[in-house]
Amino acid sequence: MKRISWFTLLMLLLALALVACGGSGDTEPETDSADTAADSSDTADSGDEAAAEELTCDDAIGCVEVAPGDPIRIASALVITGPNESLGLDSQYGVEIAIEQRGEIAGHSVELQAEDEGCNAEGGQTAGQKIASDPSIVGVIGTSCSGAGVPMSQIVCAEGIAMISPSNTAPVLTDPGSRQSCYFRTAHNDKVQGRAMAEYVFNELGLTKAAAVHDGDPYTEGLASVFRDAFIELGGEIVAFEAEAADATNVEPLLTSIAAAGPELIYYPVFIPLGSLITKTAREIDGLEGVALAAADGVQSPDFVDASGDAAEGMYVSGPDLGFGNDIYATFLETYQANYGTEPTAPFHAHAYDATNMLLSAIESVAQVGADGTMLIGRQALLDAISSTSGMEGITGTISCDENGDCADPKIAVSQVQDGAFSAVWSYEP
Amino acid sequence: MRRFNYIDLVLWLFRIGIIGVVLWGMTGKFILGIGNDYTISDWLDFFVSGLSQGSLYALIALGYTMVYGVLFMINFAHGEFFMAGAMTSTVLVALPLENAGYVERFPWLSLLAIFLSAVLTSVLVAVLTERIAYRPLRNAPRLVPLITAIGASFFWQYYFRGLFGSSLLPFPEFPMFDGKIAFWGLDFQKADIAVILTSLVVMFGLQQFVQRTKTGRAIRAVAENKDAATLMGIDVNRTITITFIVGASMAGVAGVLYSIVFRQLNFVMGFIPGIKAFTAAVLGGIGSIPGAALGGLFLGIIEAIGPPLFLEGLGVAGSHQLKDVIAFTMLVLVLIFRPQGIIGERLAEKKA
Repeated sequence: MKRISWFTLLMLLLALALVACGGSGDTEPETDSADTAADSSDTADSGDEAAAEELTCDDAIGCVEVAPGDPIRIASALVITGPNESLGLDSQYGVEIAIEQRGEIAGHSVELQAEDEGCNAEGGQTAGQKIASDPSIVGVIGTSCSGAGVPMSQIVCAEGIAMISPSNTAPVLTDPGSRQSCYFRTAHNDKVQGRAMAEYVFNELGLTKAAAVHDGDPYTEGLASVFRDAFIELGGEIVAFEAEAADATNVEPLLTSIAAAGPELIYYPVFIPLGSLITKTAREIDGLEGVALAAADGVQSPDFVDASGDAAEGMYVSGPDLGFGNDIYATFLETYQANYGTEPTAPFHAHAYDATNMLLSAIESVAQVGADGTMLIGRQALLDAISSTSGMEGITGTISCDENGDCADPKIAVSQVQDGAFSAVWSYEP
Repeated sequence: MRRFNYIDLVLWLFRIGIIGVVLWGMTGKFILGIGNDYTISDWLDFFVSGLSQGSLYALIALGYTMVYGVLFMINFAHGEFFMAGAMTSTVLVALPLENAGYVERFPWLSLLAIFLSAVLTSVLVAVLTERIAYRPLRNAPRLVPLITAIGASFFWQYYFRGLFGSSLLPFPEFPMFDGKIAFWGLDFQKADIAVILTSLVVMFGLQQFVQRTKTGRAIRAVAENKDAATLMGIDVNRTITITFIVGASMAGVAGVLYSIVFRQLNFVMGFIPGIKAFTAAVLGGIGSIPGAALGGLFLGIIEAIGPPLFLEGLGVAGSHQLKDVIAFTMLVLVLIFRPQGIIGERLAEKKA
């Protein structure tokens, strides 16, 4: 009897969890885009043999074959769980909208397989291996975080799968010495973003002594370093260049160290958990009263403002300039609102939309379609097509890839947190 | 004559190496003036901040050490008891109270409600875990409950992620913990002081409970020898449940104190403090209650003071990021030179 009652209690608890999960289920990403509508029954009998003769794969690194009626499969690898999920889900919505608007490519629908990269190297590796082991995947949109992008680009590029990131910004990913040949991005390079913040701080705010903090991740360390170099070049002084663990709980010692160096501004291009912790704690440390705070696009999310509360008020955040003002963006925002019932939660949905369109257009241009509807996509041909993308009109501007895989039309805006929202105060173009 | 022993030689070289690094770092800091220039007040800030973080480690470590004392198992799900209390009290009590304006009007009453709900949740989760996951394995080999504990830890993490979502939750600001308080002309964060004082009171209460009450004596008897305790008429199962309840209550208190100081929560928040508290318990001598308290405080302080004191003088860049290196180096040192922990002598000899 007693045994049964404990078991019942456990079942009740599980049921409670299921109900809670179910309740939030409608905000979970929809992974299947459209039903496989390609109806090729009338063409199928006309030429099985002809198709086999006609389509031969002469690609250097192999082809993906899509059978008649099957969808073209692409993957996304974004951070869709955990404290940074607002960043990845926002991008995933951009991908989904691009796929929805594209409809079919030569009679094949496009299917999205959404993976999670967890915003860390381990997550990037896991997602990368999962994608690399699936020969039907043509290309990947991802990752969200540069830290995940480094291992993932190595894994998927070994299989020749095209990878376009909507929000990796670390310089190392497109550095000629370390870039993987299948890697592209529609996000700006942090060489631009770090420089923009340095110029804003030095020229517009007129501050000359700054401290920078990173967490050792390629994105944060790269951005902090670019800021440091640009700030020194402009004539400013970096009084402290510190690092803190991304999962730290107590940042008072860190900020006490920084306060002792006497900065006028602290720049901490980190992610939301550490970012909001620093923001809240900085207001309480002796010697940091009135010191300006600045961060970057890793925290540009309502979640960050919620977690930081009033302490975030007045701080500066750099990120992509979202004042696109074109018609594509207006339609996009309407669809976004209609499909997901919310305003965009992070700055990279437009980059994800453009990245997806870049990939789909490249697929469209290289795909060979047989008489029965079989589609062959050459992997090397696809990479070449992406890399020769030039003058494509996207939401984020005119997209043209350079030889290192940087395809963005980078425009940076510095926003200030005012009444709990990000208001753009300054914009920058290299 | 004793034979020459290579292991002794290596250990001595290791000791000399560590002392050398520490002395070199401190020389660099104080004599050569490498790194930032700290005032006395800065050093005190490091110390108090470390003490406050250390009190949290200590409160969590007490739960580890008590369970180890009675069951000889490392309860890796203990960090999840802490998280469960903090998350549930925040989502179900603190945030609704704040939205209704009660936090501003009746801060002390709200705080009491938050503490109660946190302790209640932690205890409930702990009792369930003990009853469902640990008790059936009471006589299994020691590795089995350890692995079960890791499984239970993941179960609770993702259970609460399912309930409350995975994004960061803000904890409301309480007016009485806002700002600073002056002692002897030096400013301290009110929240830090509150955490230190509360932890001391709770730890003192626990010591009294274990030493003075009949239940406390039963816990000590079960820790000493289960069979003999049974023969003396002690209900062992009940005593073990009480041990879990006491340990989890302290985890619940620690959860709220953590929320007050750091003001942000999510479902993995129990992991790092759990690992650190385990380290603290081993540092102090696992199985010993004063040892866990001491180990926790020591760990918190060394984490806060270590980077500026030892590493900055060596010219290490980004020294605060490496505080875990210092914490775990301390653990390795203690395990090598004093495996029973700082004050764990008596217990360790019997149970090793």
